Amino acid sequence: MNHLKEKLLSYFIAFEEQVEKKSFLHSHRLDSFAEFEKTGFPSKGDEAWKYSYPVLLKLLQNDYSIFPKELANHKLNDLKEYFLTAADSYKIVFVDGIYNPFLSHTSHQGHDICVLSSASVQNKYKDILNTYYNKLGAKQEDLIQLNTAYVRDGAYIHIPKNTVVDYPIEIINFSTGKQQNPLFIQPRNLIVVEENAQVEIIEKHHSIAPHEVLTNVVSEVFVAKGAQVNYYKLQNDLDTASLIDNTFIRQEEKSEVGVYTFSFGGNFIRNNLNFYQEGSRINSILKGVTLIEKEQHVDNYTLVHHQHPNCESHQDYKGVYFDRSTGVFNGKIKVEKEAQKTNAFQQNNNIIFTDTATINTKPQLEIFADDVKCSHGCTVGQIDKKALFYLQSRGISHKEAKAILTYAFTNNIIEELKNPFVKKKINEILAEKLGFNLQFSFH
Amino acid sequence: MLSIKDLHVEVEEKQILKGINLEIKPGEVHAIMGPNGSGKSTLSSVIAGDETYEVTNGEIIFDKEDLLELDTEERAHKGVFLSFQYPVEIPGITVTNFIKTALNSCQKAKGLPNIPAAEMLKMIREKSKLLEIDQKFLSRSLNESFSGGEKKRNEIFQMMMLNPKLAVLDETDSGLDIDALKIVAKGVNTFKNNTNAIVVITHYQRLLDYIVPDFVHVIHDGKIVKSGDKELAKELEEKGYDWIK
Repeated sequence: MNHLKEKLLSYFIAFEEQVEKKSFLHSHRLDSFAEFEKTGFPSKGDEAWKYSYPVLLKLLQNDYSIFPKELANHKLNDLKEYFLTAADSYKIVFVDGIYNPFLSHTSHQGHDICVLSSASVQNKYKDILNTYYNKLGAKQEDLIQLNTAYVRDGAYIHIPKNTVVDYPIEIINFSTGKQQNPLFIQPRNLIVVEENAQVEIIEKHHSIAPHEVLTNVVSEVFVAKGAQVNYYKLQNDLDTASLIDNTFIRQEEKSEVGVYTFSFGGNFIRNNLNFYQEGSRINSILKGVTLIEKEQHVDNYTLVHHQHPNCESHQDYKGVYFDRSTGVFNGKIKVEKEAQKTNAFQQNNNIIFTDTATINTKPQLEIFADDVKCSHGCTVGQIDKKALFYLQSRGISHKEAKAILTYAFTNNIIEELKNPFVKKKINEILAEKLGFNLQFSFH
Repeated sequence: MLSIKDLHVEVEEKQILKGINLEIKPGEVHAIMGPNGSGKSTLSSVIAGDETYEVTNGEIIFDKEDLLELDTEERAHKGVFLSFQYPVEIPGITVTNFIKTALNSCQKAKGLPNIPAAEMLKMIREKSKLLEIDQKFLSRSLNESFSGGEKKRNEIFQMMMLNPKLAVLDETDSGLDIDALKIVAKGVNTFKNNTNAIVVITHYQRLLDYIVPDFVHVIHDGKIVKSGDKELAKELEEKGYDWIK
């Protein structure tokens, strides 16, 4: 048996001693723990982990610290650079998996933007938790069971009917490297958006020191009729950090959800992104840019499940690979028999800069309805030499011309972002990664 | 200003240019004419530094410097400009951002500071007005789904912004209607002065009614087979290229 699995099994009682047992989460912990005991980690030959298994296996060899005890002491000023905006956002901040109230800005005025550990011990949240918590997670694979068993905290967001949240919500997980061992954390976010409500969420994971961390985060998002959610994932961590992001989104009729994933840094990133459409006239948007270097590995594994008529989904992922970096895109679209007039679009375009970078891209379409529009396409190429010559002939250096063309390649996704803070941040990161100063007026 | 001696050029081991000689002085307009496949566009690409072509013999001296030793961008910094026959479409970069980046790259290469934003804006407004370019056009992606005429006008716009010493216009007239042709010619004639030089590469005489050349050269099978004044162009228009071969 895997050493880590053994450790997780034997520490469970001690872990439960430390966290609140009266919590609503307790029974789910027990069930999932039993489930994880049966299944364990993904194994070799698991189709869903085909291209990322070797990286995962290597990570699972570490001797992790699985529930850090102390609250690390950090001041807001030291961490300011990691926040999108100093004032104009709600912030739910965790340090080494533990909620940090001093760094956070939560709210209960007209909505609940707070934390799961606290919501799960209060009666007034019981109905919401009963209705939604682990409803999407329970049916899922091994790593989600592990998260449910070892969950300690995460964001609890409830936006009532017709509420437009005034500021974006930042969910930030810091890891400090204060533990001796590598850190393994299991954050859990529950996001419930009621009828016609609107909210923007930004999720980030940051190591503030180079120290090994593996984050296995689960987010369940429930979006009711006519509601709109824009969810941005900014993944630009140190090379010592690895992230497995599991996001499950259930949409009801006429709702619109966009998940925008930007993977720019980290040792290993796996994005399991799942959309379940449960109503008609739903729009699901999945877009992302991956731009990585060295030996970084990013795996985008998406599912869109069309179950009702007249719905849409739009997927567009761009990848840029330098050095020996590797990427995976696996996009599954499932259209059930009832889901007539589905319009499902999927695109994955990649640029590789070296002979040693690789990308595996795989569309997976399962269509059982006959009156649907489904299109998919993928490309893997290099920077266009003619375009390079054109730019250079105007006096732009080879290096800068390459950077501009790379930026231009990703631009259609960035241009579309509605949140100005996110757009600015992404542009800044790209300019820095590509190593030149864009003379651009971003708009 | 530009001196080309015995220039031989190959592409994929096929000889395209077989000994071109050409002398261009400041203030001159040269037209290079010739049938399709004679090597006209190859000559312009080689001057600009396109690495697809291999120079096997000869030299190109520009302002006393060996042009063949310079990278494409360095040639641009020295004042060489090529108006492309087929400008490349680049989605994601606006015309304005592109020209700003290009201009400031040239400034930087010369050790000069960036052009202040207000001045840049003024220049852009002036040049685009002269070429009857709509302001909306400037915030569109570079050449993306531009019409043939828009692409060529955009090339001339870039030329006017960059203000080169030597402008090579490769088939700038192709795909233009007469109105667009006149606008492009107006731009070129405004740009022209006695310190710069223009090379007009064209298949037809039509453009030369508006941009009047001092010299006309005919290329055939990789060599200049005949040179003359603007009357030569008219003769070619009447008789075609066959009599010259």
